[in-house]
Amino acid sequence: MVLAGRTILDRVSFTVAPGSFTGLIGSNGAGKTTLLKTILGLVKPTSGTVSIGGAAGPRRDPIVGYVPQKIALEPDAPLRARDLIGLGLDGHRYGMTRPSARRRNLIDEILAAVNATRFADRRVGRLSGGEQQRVMIAHALISRPRLLLLDEPLANLDIGSSHEVVELLRRIATDQGIAIVLTAHDMNPLLHAMDRIVYIARGRAVSGTTAEVVRTETLSELYGYHVEVIHAAGRVLVAAGEAGEGKNARTPPAPPDSQVG
Amino acid sequence: MDLSAIIIEPGFFSNQPVQTALVVSAITAVVSAVVGVFTVIRGQSFAGHAFSDIGGAGASGAVLVGAQPLLGFVTLNVAAAGVMEMIGIRRARGRDLATGIVLGVALGFSALFLFLATTYTSTSGATVSILFGSLFTVAPSLIPVVAVLGAFVMALIAILYRPLLLTSIDYELAAVRGVPIRLVGIGYLIALALAVSLSSITIGAILSTALLVGPPATALRLTKRTGTAIAVASAVGVAAAWLGILISYDTASWSADGNGWPVSFCIVAVVFVFYVSASFPSRLGHRVRGHHQEPVKSLEPS
Repeated sequence: MVLAGRTILDRVSFTVAPGSFTGLIGSNGAGKTTLLKTILGLVKPTSGTVSIGGAAGPRRDPIVGYVPQKIALEPDAPLRARDLIGLGLDGHRYGMTRPSARRRNLIDEILAAVNATRFADRRVGRLSGGEQQRVMIAHALISRPRLLLLDEPLANLDIGSSHEVVELLRRIATDQGIAIVLTAHDMNPLLHAMDRIVYIARGRAVSGTTAEVVRTETLSELYGYHVEVIHAAGRVLVAAGEAGEGKNARTPPAPPDSQVG
Repeated sequence: MDLSAIIIEPGFFSNQPVQTALVVSAITAVVSAVVGVFTVIRGQSFAGHAFSDIGGAGASGAVLVGAQPLLGFVTLNVAAAGVMEMIGIRRARGRDLATGIVLGVALGFSALFLFLATTYTSTSGATVSILFGSLFTVAPSLIPVVAVLGAFVMALIAILYRPLLLTSIDYELAAVRGVPIRLVGIGYLIALALAVSLSSITIGAILSTALLVGPPATALRLTKRTGTAIAVASAVGVAAAWLGILISYDTASWSADGNGWPVSFCIVAVVFVFYVSASFPSRLGHRVRGHHQEPVKSLEPS
């Protein structure tokens, strides 16, 4: 993957199974969003392929659902949560919306599934970040995709909403057999939910279960220098050692460079 | 005594310029409201302002060469829509300087063309009529043109309705769903360019965005549904235009020399009054709802 003459991602390969939950983890600027957009077909890879549902090449609806990181709707915009979700059904079609009982039932059903019935009739622009996130997930789900891609769904959320969104996504993957792929710079809220992790750093990626990937040896090899994976109170901390250090050198984590990730 | 004769001065409905003004302003108000609701949702009122400046230069040029101002408004605005799409201006953000300079030059050309027109031709009132509008001088022969342009814009918006909403949420999301986002974008900009052109011959280039933004902003205070907002904005726009025309006509009848207040001022003033009156109940509603929400919130499971 080359962007503006710079190699952003190179030799990244992973697969996701139906009903699985995959986290693309990496710090800001690591290339997570680029990878996500490649899967979506918004960015063309320099070489390599994305294959979804057995067919090569990016596929459009209803195979892939997408939830962008943030929507910038004016607080006053006359668009209710249920209107936005309805656009997930037929927003790509020309002409105006034709209301029907079937359409309304589908929207009500999906509203209940993401626990958003309470604010269904409120303006989207006036909802909180967590509420908007749930509405956008419902928007993506209503077209019954087989793969759901989310760009940093937990950024800008407080701990409580972040937990709710992860639980919701985990349930959707399991109950509906939809493969979920999301990007995050912090893996901690996702640790118990992820089936697979794709850890991105320095333009490369390693993938596997969290137990396989989030280890001092694996991540040190990926970063090209020694990093220490510290488990503490059910959380993971990846702390940088000094560049060029040998693998067996147990350097104490250097606080100024340490990175929670 | 007949009350209506006091409110509506005699001769209002039989007056030919008034009839033309009522028809042209109604079409303009509806078209501006329909386009304006999307302008507000998409956060693109900046593009509307750009069209009002650029179109002004076009209309001034048209006056200079003896053509219809509407032709100048439409030609330059549609061309500007194409350029805007080409260089990808979505919002003013980050392009403040370039935008400011280009629009400044456009207004400068208006000044030049209008100076030349009023100095070397016999179009003495051109400056005021282009920049601030003169609805009562619109030729009745222009009505069919205005109607066709209006119908075209309405059809365009009806076709692009859902993709416009989808792209306003997030244009990459729309692209993923297979929406041709550039085509939808240029279609919308052309609709906006034409709406501003129509508004410009009604209330003048400089005031044209008042009909584009004012009635939708009023509607947004009163409803949270897109379709209802469009209907309310259209009604508010037409009401403001007709009330403005009536006030302007009445003030002319009252004054000794027959010179009433400018119709553009009257329309814009009514738009403003509507907007302010719509803001009060919503603010009151906030306060009332705020009190109700407190206990409800604590009952919700966290």
